[in-house]
Amino acid sequence: MSERAAKVSPADDEQDDDQITDSATPDAATEDDVKSETTEPVTTGAESVVRALENAGVEHAFGVQGGAIMPVYDALYDSDIRHVTMAHEQGAAHAADAYGIVSGKPGICLATSGPGATNLVTGLADADMDSDPLVALTGQVPTELVGNDAFQETDTTGVTTPVTKNNTFASDSDRVGSDVSEAFALAGEGRPGPTLVDLPKDITNGETDREPDAPAVPETYEVQERADEEIVKAAAERIENAARPVMLLGGGVIKSEASEACREFAIEHDIPVITTMPGIGSFPEDHELSLEMAGMHGTGYANMAITHCDTLIGIGTRFDDRLTGGIETFAPDADLIHVDIDPAEISKNIHADYPLVGDAETVVEQLVDAVDKSPEATKWRAQCQQWKSDYSMAYDAPKDKPVQPEFVIEALDEATSDRAIVTTGVGQHQMWACQYWTYTEPRTWVSSHGLGTMGYGLPSAIGARIAADDDQEVVCIDGDGSFLMTLQGLSVAVREELDITVAVLNNEYIGMVRQWQDAFFDGRHSASDYSWMPEFDKLAEAFGAEGFRIDDYDDVADTIEDAIAYDGPSVIDVHIDPDANVYPMVPSGGDNGQFALAEDQL
Amino acid sequence: MKRGLDGPEPDERPTPAGRRNKQGIRIDPEVEATHEPRRTVISALVEHEPGVLSDVSGLFSRRQFNIESLTVGPTEDEDRARITIVVEEPDPGIDQVEKQLRKLVPVISVRELEPDAMRRELALIKVNAERPDQVAAVADMYDAKTVDSSPETATVEVTGARQKIEAAVETFSQFGIREISRTGTTALARGTDQTATAGSTAQPADEANRDDQYQRADDD
Ligand SMILES: Cc1ncc(C[n+]2csc(CCOP(=O)(O)OP(=O)(O)O)c2C)c(N)n1
Repeated sequence: MSERAAKVSPADDEQDDDQITDSATPDAATEDDVKSETTEPVTTGAESVVRALENAGVEHAFGVQGGAIMPVYDALYDSDIRHVTMAHEQGAAHAADAYGIVSGKPGICLATSGPGATNLVTGLADADMDSDPLVALTGQVPTELVGNDAFQETDTTGVTTPVTKNNTFASDSDRVGSDVSEAFALAGEGRPGPTLVDLPKDITNGETDREPDAPAVPETYEVQERADEEIVKAAAERIENAARPVMLLGGGVIKSEASEACREFAIEHDIPVITTMPGIGSFPEDHELSLEMAGMHGTGYANMAITHCDTLIGIGTRFDDRLTGGIETFAPDADLIHVDIDPAEISKNIHADYPLVGDAETVVEQLVDAVDKSPEATKWRAQCQQWKSDYSMAYDAPKDKPVQPEFVIEALDEATSDRAIVTTGVGQHQMWACQYWTYTEPRTWVSSHGLGTMGYGLPSAIGARIAADDDQEVVCIDGDGSFLMTLQGLSVAVREELDITVAVLNNEYIGMVRQWQDAFFDGRHSASDYSWMPEFDKLAEAFGAEGFRIDDYDDVADTIEDAIAYDGPSVIDVHIDPDANVYPMVPSGGDNGQFALAEDQL
Repeated sequence: MKRGLDGPEPDERPTPAGRRNKQGIRIDPEVEATHEPRRTVISALVEHEPGVLSDVSGLFSRRQFNIESLTVGPTEDEDRARITIVVEEPDPGIDQVEKQLRKLVPVISVRELEPDAMRRELALIKVNAERPDQVAAVADMYDAKTVDSSPETATVEVTGARQKIEAAVETFSQFGIREISRTGTTALARGTDQTATAGSTAQPADEANRDDQYQRADDD
C-alpha cells in the first residue's frame, strides 16, 4: 500500500492516530473517529471500486443495473453514494456529463457489459468532444470468457478508445480500486475528459484486502500549468500595441475557473469579448464589452469583430469549424495569441503566433502581470458598438401570428434568476437558446457542442439539477425531435422529484434539418416533417410530471410562471411558428464576415 | 412579417485584406504558400502494456495521418517498448502527430529523429531460382544473405535503409519475385544523442538538416 493510500485508508490504525492528533478541533477528531469505526475494510474488488469513489469525494452516480456490473451495485448498496437509476444508459452518461459541467468535478456513470456499455458510447463521445470530466464504470464478462463472444460481451475498451481520454481494462482485484482512483484523477486533471474502467465480473467479485490508492494521475501524464515567460512577454507586447483586439473565450475558461480573471483583464484593458458556444457564461453578456457568441449562428457583431480584429486572444478554445467557418477567411488579419492546456490544440486548426501552453487561469494571470498598458482601441470599440446596432438581434412578434421561439426564450429568461441553468437538445431551439437568453454566470449553460447530440437536453437537466444549488432553477429548452429521443428520462425526474422545467419548442419538424432543406435542398422536406408528434403535456402527465401547453402569446408569461413555480418536473409543450428559422447564419465552411441575415442571402 | 434580421447585406460589408492557407497559417494571397509533405521518422517510447499498439495505430487512422510504416519491439527495459513510425506529412501535420502521440497516457516520450539517424529495415525476398549463380551475385551486391533455397526458389534477407531495400527489390525483380515481406523502418539516434528519454520535450529536427536528409539517411 502506498503512503498516499494509507492516508485515506481509515482501516490503518497508525494513520487514524495521526489524524486525531492533527485535528484542530475535538469535533473533527470525533468525526474521523466515527468514520473509522463505521468503515469496514474492503473484502472484494467491487468494494474497493466503491471505496475509490468515496475516497475521491463522489456523492452521486448515474447508471443502470445488469449482470456484469452487479457486484459493483452490491457494494454500492452499503455506500452513502446516492445512485440515480436512469431509464437508459445514454441518459446516465449525459447526466454524469452535466453533473461534471455544473459541479466542476467528474460525474460518474455505470453500465453493465455489452448493450449497457454500447449505450454509453454516445454520451462518452459527447463528453470527449466537449472535454467534460466524467468517469464511466462498465461491467464486463468474466476474464476467462473475454474474447469468446460470451453473452453480453463487447470489446468495450476497443469500442471506446476513440471517444475517451483514457480507458483501462481491469485485470487484478488488488489493483481495481486504484484503477478507478486513477481514472477519476485523469478525468479531471489537465484538459478534462471522459475516462472508463472496464470491470470483468471475476475481478469485482474477487477477494482483496487492498484499499485503493488515492486519486493520482500516472507519471507519464504531464500537464504544463505555466506558459513560457518569453512568449507571455511577447504576447503582452502584441496586446499593448493592438489596434483591434478581441478576446475569444472558450469552454476551457470555464473549466479552469478562469472566468473571473478573464473578466478583470478584459475590463481593465477595455477589450471586446466574444465567446464560443462552450464558452457561454464565461463573460457577462449584458456587459458593454460583450459581443456574445461567434460562429455559424453567432451574432453578426461577433462575426464582424472576429473577422476584422488584428489581435485575437483565444483562451481555452479549440477553433472548431462551427466557430471558424472556412479557415482561409477566419480572422485573416489577426495575430493569434492562443492559450490552451493541451499542446495539441495549438496550431491544430489555426496557426498560433503566440502559443501559450498552460492552465487558462494561470496564464491569464501571467498576462495580467505582463501587460502594462492598455491597447489604444477607442475607434475599434466604437466600431464594435456600431456593428451591435447595425446587426441587432431583433425579431418581429405580431400577436396575430404563431408564437415566435425567440419570444419564448426571452420570457423564460425573464422568469428565472441569473444563476438559472439552461440545458438544451440540438437544433434550432439550441441556437435560439444561445442567442436570446442572456448568460452572465459560468456553469449555467449546459449543451452538446462538439458532438451535437439530440437527446442531450433532458438527461443533462437531471444531472445538472442534482449538481446545482437548490435556489438555481434548471430549465431544459428542447426541440420536439430531440426530446423524443430521451424522454424516458421523465420517469427518473418524477421518481427523484427533481424540480426541472422542460420547454419543448414544438415546430413539428426537426427544424434545423428543415431549415437546411429550405436553404440548400429546394425545400424538399425529406423525413423532417414531424407532424406525428405526441402531445407532450399529456405525455408528461402519463409519466407523473406536470403538463402545460402554450398555443399563443397570451399563454406565454403565465404558463411559464406556473411551470417554473411547480415544484417538480414540468413539461411545457410550446407550439411555435413552424416556419421560424435561425439567423444570422454562416453556411458551413463559409466566411464568418459574410453571414446571412435571411434566407435570400444564403 | 419579416423573416430574418436587419443589417447591411454581405456585399455592403468591408472585407479584410488577409487570408490563411488550409493549415490556418496567414499567407500573402498573391503568393499562395503551401506546405509540402516530407517523410520523417518519429520514435516513441511507450509502456510495454496490452493495447498500446492499438491505441497508437488507432490514433493514426482516426486522425488520417499519412503513415508509411510502424514497427514496435521491446527495449533494454522490459517495461518499455519502442514504436518507430515513418510518416509523410507537411510540417504542421508532423507537429500534430507528435503532440497527439504525447497525449496518450501510456506514451512516455516522443521525438522526431534527426535526418542522420540510423534507419534500418529488413526484407525477405523470395525469387525464382532458375539462375542461382546470378541470384547469388545480386545478393552479394546488397550484402544480402540467402536464408532458404529450393530447386525453384531462393529467399534472401536484406537489411538497410529503405532506399537500399527498394534498390535490391528492383534488382531482384529480374529473376521474378514470388513474395516479399518487409518489416518497416526501425531507427535510433546517432552517438550519445538519446532517441527518446522520459520527460523529453524534443524539438523538431532543425530546418537546416532537412534538405539533405535523404542522402544522409541512406548511409550504409
Ligand atoms: C442523435 C442525432 N441525430 C441526428 C442529428 C441531426 N440533427 C441535427 S439538428 C436536427 C433537428 C433537431 O430537431 P428538433 O430537436 O426538433 O429541434 P429544432 O431544430 O426543431 O429546434 C437533427 C435531426 C443529431 N444532431 N443528433
